[in-house]
Amino acid sequence: MRLRADRNLAVAIVAIVIALLPFIVPSFSTFELTYVGAYAIAILGLIVLTGMNGQISLGHGAFLAVGGYVVAILAHRFGLSFWLSIPIAAIVSGIVGIGLGFVALRLEGVYLALATFSLAVATPSILKRFGDLTGGVMGIVLPPVAAPKVLAGVLTPVQWFYYVTWAFAGVLFLVTARFLGGRVGRSLRALRDNEIAAVSFGVNPHFYKTLAFGWSAAFAGIAGALIAIPTAYVSPDSYSSLLSITLLIGAVLGGIDTMWGALAGGVMIEFLPLWVQKINNAAPSVVYGVALILVMLVMPGGIAGTLLRLVQRRPPAPGDAVLRRTEPTRAVEQ
Amino acid sequence: MQELAQQVVSGLASGSIYASMALALVLIYRSMNVINFAQGEMAMFTTFIAWQLVQQGLPLWAAFTATIAVAFVGAVLLERIVIRPVERAGPLTIVIVTLGLLITFNGLAGLFWGYVIKSFPSPFPAAPINIGGVAFSSQDVGIILVSLASLGVISLFFAKTKLGLAMRAAALYPAASQVLGIRVSWMLALGWGLSAVVGAISGMMVAPVVFLDPNMMQGIVVYAFAAAVLGGVESPLGAVVGGLILGVLLNLLGTYVEFVGTDLRLAVAFAIIVAVLLIRPAGLFGRVSVARV
Amino acid sequence: MFISSKQLIGSVAAAFALVLTSGATSPLVAQSVPGVTATEVVLGGLHPCSGPASAYCTIGKGAAAYFAYVNDKGGVNGRKITYKDLDDAYSPPQAMQLARQLVEQDHVFAMFNTLGTPSNTAIRPYLNQNQVPQLYVATGATTWAHDSSQYPWTIGWQPDYQSEAIIYARNLLKVAPNAKIGVIYQNDDYGKDYLAGLHKGLGPKSSLIVKEVSYETTDPDVSSQIGQLKASGADTFFIFATPKFALQSLVIAAQQSWHPTIYLNNVSANDVVMKGATEKGGATATAGVISVGYLKDPLDPRWANDSGLALFKQIMAKYAPGVDTSNLFYMYGCGAAYTMVDTLQKAGRDLTRQKLMDAAIHLNEANNPFVMPGIVVQTTPSNHFPITQEQLAKYDNGRFVPFGSIIDARPIIASESK
Repeated sequence: MRLRADRNLAVAIVAIVIALLPFIVPSFSTFELTYVGAYAIAILGLIVLTGMNGQISLGHGAFLAVGGYVVAILAHRFGLSFWLSIPIAAIVSGIVGIGLGFVALRLEGVYLALATFSLAVATPSILKRFGDLTGGVMGIVLPPVAAPKVLAGVLTPVQWFYYVTWAFAGVLFLVTARFLGGRVGRSLRALRDNEIAAVSFGVNPHFYKTLAFGWSAAFAGIAGALIAIPTAYVSPDSYSSLLSITLLIGAVLGGIDTMWGALAGGVMIEFLPLWVQKINNAAPSVVYGVALILVMLVMPGGIAGTLLRLVQRRPPAPGDAVLRRTEPTRAVEQ
Repeated sequence: MQELAQQVVSGLASGSIYASMALALVLIYRSMNVINFAQGEMAMFTTFIAWQLVQQGLPLWAAFTATIAVAFVGAVLLERIVIRPVERAGPLTIVIVTLGLLITFNGLAGLFWGYVIKSFPSPFPAAPINIGGVAFSSQDVGIILVSLASLGVISLFFAKTKLGLAMRAAALYPAASQVLGIRVSWMLALGWGLSAVVGAISGMMVAPVVFLDPNMMQGIVVYAFAAAVLGGVESPLGAVVGGLILGVLLNLLGTYVEFVGTDLRLAVAFAIIVAVLLIRPAGLFGRVSVARV
Repeated sequence: MFISSKQLIGSVAAAFALVLTSGATSPLVAQSVPGVTATEVVLGGLHPCSGPASAYCTIGKGAAAYFAYVNDKGGVNGRKITYKDLDDAYSPPQAMQLARQLVEQDHVFAMFNTLGTPSNTAIRPYLNQNQVPQLYVATGATTWAHDSSQYPWTIGWQPDYQSEAIIYARNLLKVAPNAKIGVIYQNDDYGKDYLAGLHKGLGPKSSLIVKEVSYETTDPDVSSQIGQLKASGADTFFIFATPKFALQSLVIAAQQSWHPTIYLNNVSANDVVMKGATEKGGATATAGVISVGYLKDPLDPRWANDSGLALFKQIMAKYAPGVDTSNLFYMYGCGAAYTMVDTLQKAGRDLTRQKLMDAAIHLNEANNPFVMPGIVVQTTPSNHFPITQEQLAKYDNGRFVPFGSIIDARPIIASESK
């Protein structure tokens, strides 16, 4: 039980730090950290789908687009407040995710990566095509965020939306932790590690795999909404295939085997492009690409995975099917 | 009628572009069951090398040959250095590493050669061919012929040569191959080398038509994925036929189906990938051996 | 217009600070202006240097080279320009965050030449709310000028796409009033703005357009689109495309034995495209192509002995060595940077953001060395389009030969306004 106490302590410390940050760091950092929270939610969804259930998605940008556009359209057309439109974004995105989940049932590994990648590439052109709804190539400008009147003197709009985002993140983290720790999590992981064995123990693969897809899509939808609102603008260019790639990269860099990876991954997505520019202004993507490959070679568990292993001083957990190939035939070679 | 014929012919020409790239994807899938997301960028990068050599005054064919050699050696080295350490990792790790390569090669090409489009010389005569009002270029015919030739060479290589057979065995039955004395790991590296060669040929064939810049392959590679899936991701013949069918199909849908138009072509490619994988995952020409749930 | 509490506090604090400093002996009132010291003025920029639109990265490098040149010559009013140009990867959310970083952390005095309609649309409300000048944005959308009453701190620089298309339309109606028009355009804000301009310019004669087709930047080639245009029976071909697809359009049209009268948008009417198309499609592919220009194309023999071009080459050789100076984007960057320096100069020694904006809407710059002679970079409080003059030219025997006098689209836009 030491471990659990340690973990709870760590969670409490992180929560306190997150709560205090807006009063310590300057406003623009608070603004950036708002995005960290939103990205963390999207990555949390990927951790459920890819890390826990082994389904690779290179198309999560499409769900961010659904979330962002739902909020934008509802605000633009009906003046709906985001308290209502964010849950709607989650539901719509979740439904789209379940639809894609049915397709994904038939696809394994690289096939799924391929199919979702082509979805990511096609997303901007689909957004442009239905311009009556989406505002076409010009996108939709959203109204700026304002703190509620009661808090007007206490919090700036930037601080206010920071707390909104991290409140969402906190609740979604707790919910996810609760489910992953129970039967649902065990079933997902069992399906990932050995599907045949899992099925023979009565785990329904169709139900759980589709659930994972819908779950992760709903999270991505919320993240998309939480990114669109402070940006105050959505356009097809916000959702290029690069976004989908970045999300998966963030998840893997952060650590796809642990929920802490979502936090680390959110920080990576937000700040890595800035750090990289500082290193080499001429070719930021070269630094980015090379760094990514090096991390995969040196610490395949990602940042959080590697840190956890150091802290807990234990060897890596066995059976991470997504990260380690399990077919014995492959492992014979010298 | 003439428009229909022109669209079919143009479709075959575009399809040959997808086909040649799909061929490279299929090769690497056959040799190690992975999809190399950097395949297109590697092809683009080697095409730039060829362009540079031509700029330095090398004759076109010499530049072609040198580039093919560079592509082969480079890809084998890349496999040894970057892929081999994660060879036993799961599919996710390899996907991420190839994405890292994609980003790196794209950035490097931009750094070395910039983003201004470059005109790439064609080995075929420039004059268009005109038959009954339907026009195409000899470059279009050339791409198809070169793709078919690559296909022929690849098929012969895998069916008749000892090395080719060893490579297939290593991909399908690594453990047994090991016992038989096949150096499985090197076979994988060879697979990378060969697919890079096919990619380089593809890039050098395509560049005269679409013009050379660091983003040359980004659109093509998705259509090549679709072509490979359509034909059967393990079948070289399927890749070529799939590419040609896809090219014609996209043109006809774009011209005659108002809803698709010229702007939903990518969505059609996505729909084809999903539909084929759902209905007939082995594609048109693949063996039905794909892992199914 | 409402003011947030933060702004209120901010302005009260600023006013307070002003009271304090004005009482002090130091004459450095400029201290209270963000990004301005006695020796330095800080500007912020955004250009995509990674991702799909990386080609535009070079614009920022061109501008930076010009600023470096100006700094070596003593700067502007004794101040050196520091240009913090960041990579937003053409992504609006990233642009939004970087704009905040530049304004709130790096305390830039103004934003200069941020690139792309999507990114600029995203950051415009924020910059205007905080009264940070968003000068000479690198996009030709009309909204920068047309919506200047709502966003007074934002202004463009280059000729807008719509008036360029209007110029073509007027020329066409004059020489071929019964033309049958086929159009290819890029399916984004850029292509659609051109298309809208063409419709406006044709007015009631819009029915002359027999076919419009679009392409996506992810399309490998445009042979299908050209086939459709040819089959439509069009005898006049408008190309509203980026260089790569313009080049393909010219070549494929020639290969399909389609030889219409061609109008080619300015962005693509450069030497790289025309030479490439002539090489692949034969001389007929490019003969008689009509376009407009406003910058001096470094490869155009017309400027071989031009002092502006010599200056450009000298600057690039010293401050951006090794780059391909035939790339017109460097020229664009230098041209816009020249106007920026000019504006800073006019805003005077006691720089404020308000003074800078005032200078930006009172431009009268007839001597920009990177812009074609005869074109005046000009603004007034009621006209926020700095460059509206363009020169029609026809491609003949390896170069664009200007014809007619310089056309000013200003009256056209003025009537289009609102």
